[in-house]
Amino acid sequence: MDLAIEDLRSNHRAQLAIGLFIGIGFGFLLQKGGVTRYDVIVGQLLLADFTVFKVMASAVIVGMVGIHLLRSLGLASLHPKAGSWGSSALGGLIFGVGFGLLGYCPGTAAGAVGQGSIDALLGGVGGILLGAGIFAWRYPSLEERVLRRGEFGDKTIPEILGVNPWMVVIPTALILLGVLFWIEETGF
Amino acid sequence: MMEQFEMDLWSPYVVGAGIGALNTLAFLLSDRPIGTSSAYARGSGMIERAFRGSKVEAKAYYRKFEPVVDWEVVLVFGIVVGAFLSAVLSGSFRVEAVPALWAARFGPDPILRIAAAFAGGVLMGLGARWAGGCTSGHGISGTAQLAASSWLAVACFFIGGVATAMVLFGAGV
Repeated sequence: MDLAIEDLRSNHRAQLAIGLFIGIGFGFLLQKGGVTRYDVIVGQLLLADFTVFKVMASAVIVGMVGIHLLRSLGLASLHPKAGSWGSSALGGLIFGVGFGLLGYCPGTAAGAVGQGSIDALLGGVGGILLGAGIFAWRYPSLEERVLRRGEFGDKTIPEILGVNPWMVVIPTALILLGVLFWIEETGF
Repeated sequence: MMEQFEMDLWSPYVVGAGIGALNTLAFLLSDRPIGTSSAYARGSGMIERAFRGSKVEAKAYYRKFEPVVDWEVVLVFGIVVGAFLSAVLSGSFRVEAVPALWAARFGPDPILRIAAAFAGGVLMGLGARWAGGCTSGHGISGTAQLAASSWLAVACFFIGGVATAMVLFGAGV
């Protein structure tokens, strides 16, 4: 590993500056993409407007290829999150109900605050803070009773399949590209 | 160049590719993926500590996610700033409590909209921490790493989200 990058990664102040810089770029892009708007996000959930899917799929294709290139070059390692049916699936569904009601997600709610959306500030950011606090309060018993049900660890799909990551990266990118072309063709 | 910054909307593909590039940059420069929901957990801990003092730090969850300003907290702050810059440059900054689509279905009452948004936000904050990530951490970063947990979580985000939106607005709107 390059020593300069190691130094940068262990420099706390530099890291906060990088986080801020990446956040500004991220927020700028989210707003320019229209995905900080309630109408666009709920339009996606009603399967009437595919802007959110287009943004997410493009981000996944480029990020997936970029991250795996860095990994193949020895410049980065993966940080997949551990999962279980009790946590990923059940938590995901609870999140989804909130997603439908709120019409923003934690990142786009912050972006919506920046464009002046009061519902994203009072309802979104306020609600998410309280919800995260409730989780922290109930964490010990949830951890014991639910979160570990059906654990499958921090495995990646290539690890589960026992193949070189590129054997999954390339087909996944092609499938997502195919779906994007199909969406454009059908006029969504 | 300035003209692009002043445009209201960019192609979703340009925006998505840019976000994917930022995610790659986060791995290179910071050895971490982009995510936002743990920032809310830390923020919640910081607010609670302001009221209840440092005993809050003894909670098991806050020993895992210390209530301090970290990379992800400044990232979320940056999102607000970046979106503000984008909105101001394009002239689309507007103080608004009730989005048009909501108003068309449930009327213009800001109290009703904010109450529903708050209820949704509570479920979202709970669910994001329950699932260990949100539409950024799982949806964009975890899926890009091909993490099994993230693909499952994202499928559930959208199953729950589509079902709820269909119930609220009536299917086929």
